[in-house]
Amino acid sequence: MAMADEPIVSIRDLYKLYRQGEIDVTALDNVSIDITRGEFVVLMGPSGSGKSTLLHIIAGVDRATRGKVLVQGINVANLTESELADWRNQNVGFVFQSFNLIPVLSAFENVELPLLLTQLNRRQRRQQAQAALELVGLSDRAHHRPDQLSGGQQQRVAIARALVTDPVLIVADEPTGNLDAKSAADVLSLLKGLTEQADKTVLMVTHDPKAASFGTRSLHLEKGEIVAG
Amino acid sequence: MALPIQYNLRNVVVRWRATLSTILGIALVVSVFVLLLALARGIEASSANTGDPRNILVVRRGSQAESGSLVSREHFRTLRYFDEVARNEQAEPIISAEVVVIVSAPRIDGTGEANTLVRGVTPRGIELRPQVELIAGRWFQPGQREVVVSRRLAARFAGFEIGGTIKAGQANLIVVGHFDAKGSAFDSEAWMDADETRAIFDREMYSSLLVRPRGPEAATQLMKRIEDDKRLSLRAELEVDYYSKQTMTATPIKILAGIMGLAMSVGAVFAAMNTMYASVASRTREIGTLRVLGFSRSAILFSFLIEGALVAAIGGAIGCLMAIPMNGYSTGTIDFQSFAETVFEFRVTPPLMLQGISFAVAIGLLGSFLPALRASRLPVIAALKSL
Repeated sequence: MAMADEPIVSIRDLYKLYRQGEIDVTALDNVSIDITRGEFVVLMGPSGSGKSTLLHIIAGVDRATRGKVLVQGINVANLTESELADWRNQNVGFVFQSFNLIPVLSAFENVELPLLLTQLNRRQRRQQAQAALELVGLSDRAHHRPDQLSGGQQQRVAIARALVTDPVLIVADEPTGNLDAKSAADVLSLLKGLTEQADKTVLMVTHDPKAASFGTRSLHLEKGEIVAG
Repeated sequence: MALPIQYNLRNVVVRWRATLSTILGIALVVSVFVLLLALARGIEASSANTGDPRNILVVRRGSQAESGSLVSREHFRTLRYFDEVARNEQAEPIISAEVVVIVSAPRIDGTGEANTLVRGVTPRGIELRPQVELIAGRWFQPGQREVVVSRRLAARFAGFEIGGTIKAGQANLIVVGHFDAKGSAFDSEAWMDADETRAIFDREMYSSLLVRPRGPEAATQLMKRIEDDKRLSLRAELEVDYYSKQTMTATPIKILAGIMGLAMSVGAVFAAMNTMYASVASRTREIGTLRVLGFSRSAILFSFLIEGALVAAIGGAIGCLMAIPMNGYSTGTIDFQSFAETVFEFRVTPPLMLQGISFAVAIGLLGSFLPALRASRLPVIAALKSL
């Protein structure tokens, strides 16, 4: 299709300034990038380079000081707080370093949680949550609580939760940071598989070069600027 | 869209150690609140349960209660021959001239003396109150200085057992029977012959007249006739209406319930607030995650309010359960009109328990509002980075 190479994320002249006491800190400085559908983009760089900030702005969790952030043609910066919450629910799946599952809910309920904000009925929600758990290979652990699962399993539940609303973009902030090598490889393979088989776009922050090798493109940031990629 | 209720329920269960003290605190507040209201309800029920809708009670104009009323023998004689007054099979008018006096008697538990109300009644007076039933011994014989006391009163005063004596001035009254008045105001009384009462207590006048009119129309006419007759200077109303107004004793208890409830609820609100602040603090990252997933600020606010209300409702339910064993427990207080001891039962009714739980929920909502607001306003990124 002609639209296939249209960027799914298009960033132009992005600035992000933080105020730290009396000093303005530039977290992102004139960043411009395009990400197309199905890409597995890895953001790398030293601590404080701005990679997590960039990820948060693209995912609609943080706001830029200046510049344009278009995701599927929508300027995220123009959305109100409540529109942004809805937009995140429908368009972005989140995977965190510490999994961030709700400890009192079962794996199944954690996966079903974002669907509560959609128009789906109970039966449809259950079907979709079940399918997402099957995709990550954890349908037999559906009724386990997070503390009854290993780190790797918890992260796979988190990926199922990120996938369940069928978002166009999955953002992962150090998803393997708390995992052993085997579990990390499983999680990264899963994310890579999503880009290859489900045509999802994955944006991942990592320090780990091994993890970065799973990506289709790496962007290196330093002091808020993209220096390579 | 709100967060599922099981999320809050499980959080309450998981954090049971932290919430237990709050739950117990609220339970205590609610149980005291419910018991005070049950006390007031018992007094009200006792008054509301008294009287026969066919009877008319006549007291002196300007008197709010029998204890402060004086009705002359002449008035009694006049009313006996009113056409509106019903007559029994012996063609005697069904009217009872009664005297109400106060006697001080020692409490059975040795905590001193208390006033008790002695009613001088006529045989007609007993007929007019079928809810008063002799359950032990026999009725008094006029002229024998005999008295029949309520079973509930007998449980509270020394010498009120059958064969016991009640000291009334220079006279000693012998208890010859016990009656049960089915939870009505008569359960706080001792009964003896009316004329003997007047003689012993040196009373020229009666306190009240209890009359049975021929029918409802005659009742209306009789009340109007008594009210309109300026010579009589009497006030007549249905017996049930008279007693339903005698709930003044419940008023100070209700006020006390309000004041105590308010004072204790302040503490409970702060306890709930403390618990919910701790809960918000320990779930900061969780709140950030929920916000990232798309839950709005209002959904977070609502969720924490629900959780606070839930904790409080559990406390409220436990408080009600703590109050239930007192249901039916007989106790006494001072009637602020006669200054005699009035006996009644705690009435822990379902509407009262509902009131108790609603009170608890209000404590919970009030206590969790600020923590919930804080949770809903947490900056998402900072919340996500929280440990």
